[in-house]
Amino acid sequence: MDRLIGLLKSNARLSNSELAVMLGKSEEEVKQEIERLENDGIIKGYTAIVDESAYDPNSVFALIELKVTPQSQSGFDEIAQQISGYEQVEAVRLMSGTYDIIVEVTGKNIRDISLFVSQRLATIAAVQETTTHFGLRVYKDNGIIIGSDEKDERGMMFP
Amino acid sequence: MIDYNKALSKTIREMKPSGIRKFFDIAQGMEGVISLGVGEPDFKTPWLIRKQAIDVLEKGKTCYTANSGLIELRNEISKYFERTIDTHYDPQHEVIVTVGGSEGIDLCIRSLVEPGDEVLVVEPSFVCYSPIVEICGGKAIGIQTKVENEFRLTAQELRENITDKTKLLILPFPNNPTGAIMRREDLESIAQVLKDTNIIVLSDEIYSELTYSGRHVSFAQIEGMRERTVVINGFSKSFAMTGWRLGFVGGPEPIISQLLKLHQYAIMCSPTVSQYAAVTAMQSCIGDIEKMKKEYDMRRRYVVDAFNKLGLDCFTPQGAFYVFPCIKSTGLTSAEFCEKLIFSKKVAVVPGDAFGSCGEGFVRVSYAYSINHLREAVKRIGEFLRELEDEKR
Repeated sequence: MDRLIGLLKSNARLSNSELAVMLGKSEEEVKQEIERLENDGIIKGYTAIVDESAYDPNSVFALIELKVTPQSQSGFDEIAQQISGYEQVEAVRLMSGTYDIIVEVTGKNIRDISLFVSQRLATIAAVQETTTHFGLRVYKDNGIIIGSDEKDERGMMFP
Repeated sequence: MIDYNKALSKTIREMKPSGIRKFFDIAQGMEGVISLGVGEPDFKTPWLIRKQAIDVLEKGKTCYTANSGLIELRNEISKYFERTIDTHYDPQHEVIVTVGGSEGIDLCIRSLVEPGDEVLVVEPSFVCYSPIVEICGGKAIGIQTKVENEFRLTAQELRENITDKTKLLILPFPNNPTGAIMRREDLESIAQVLKDTNIIVLSDEIYSELTYSGRHVSFAQIEGMRERTVVINGFSKSFAMTGWRLGFVGGPEPIISQLLKLHQYAIMCSPTVSQYAAVTAMQSCIGDIEKMKKEYDMRRRYVVDAFNKLGLDCFTPQGAFYVFPCIKSTGLTSAEFCEKLIFSKKVAVVPGDAFGSCGEGFVRVSYAYSINHLREAVKRIGEFLRELEDEKR
């Protein structure tokens, strides 16, 4: 079922009947398989991939690196979960390397993000250090090329 | 003043330009056209192959190669033939690296055909065979395959067209534009017809890697047929390397040695950088073929289903990346259908009769496009058909 996941990742709006035809399965089989993937927590949800800068030119994307003191019982989990709870946070990952947690945020403007870092993240007791990187331009997101209309170089018609 | 009519060859002047030229010009000159008209992959050449070409350029390996191609590449091609069609060709004497499959076709026809010879061309098919036959003074005889036979060549159709002048049979499978393939038993019955004749077979297998049911079978694999078969293949479709212009020919030494003379005088050798890159393709990128094929296969299923649902009968092709739906139900000719479609919905497809007169009543639709592109095209064709219906009422 790798191919089903691959197709859904490329376009989650393909209908079950379209998916069934492409995979050589019945619509019912596809429906059941998607339900299984959802129930097993493999498919977590479906979303739109938006070019934020086209939607709102003032919006700002930031990656925030956090150095965190792990807690005696929960390690990094409790803090990561707390950060995940903030609505404006898009992704939270525990990382190997020079910092511990990376947070992805999109804000209305730079001030919005600055406030979030200073008031919400830096104030968490276990957070030792934050480094905020602002995104300048997106070229590709979720496997989709953004911000450039890649032209089909091929001729319109060829025998 | 020069009289160009006198200056130019009569044969060339009288040669018809490709039948799709008109549609090509319309499509090219229009804004917002979505095309289903191309005959090349939408994938980029796998990165390893491109990287190898860059390395070769950096090292300055840009001299001519041996006329028949780099021996490393011919060795790989020989192994490829053994692996894919269980047929051995000696890399020293029975393989030539050509400028695309196209050059291989040209070499083969020109090395065999003399004025007055007849060449049997299975139709519908790629447009280049008959013009080259005519340059040689030969006569191209189209054998019209039928949708009820899934566009396969039958032994009877072949037998009916053989005369004492027949020199060559052109067997283009998997087929552009129909997507038809010949199974082993189909080829065996063709072999029965040819076995006591002196007819040579040009087996154009450029789409061999895009075979969706079972394994591709070459005419050269059929018992006793290797000696009369010239196999044409290449890197364009399988490795998405169209612009690299690299193909290859395998055949028995007495034929290949003659093809090589022509290649030597006309071409010298195929592009060196492309040849080095092709060695990498053969050694390291076979897995990419499989990935691309799986993607084409999904699109194929989607497109066949979509056209049938639109009411345009579409047989399920087993090869290449084209479908060939029948448009007779619209009451339009292929050319009318394509012209109306492009003007009213800005969708470009190729009229079937561009590939031989028996393609009339069909259009060729390429699915070398992303699913999202295909969905949009199908949507527009659906609207087009509904509007045609409304006009009729």
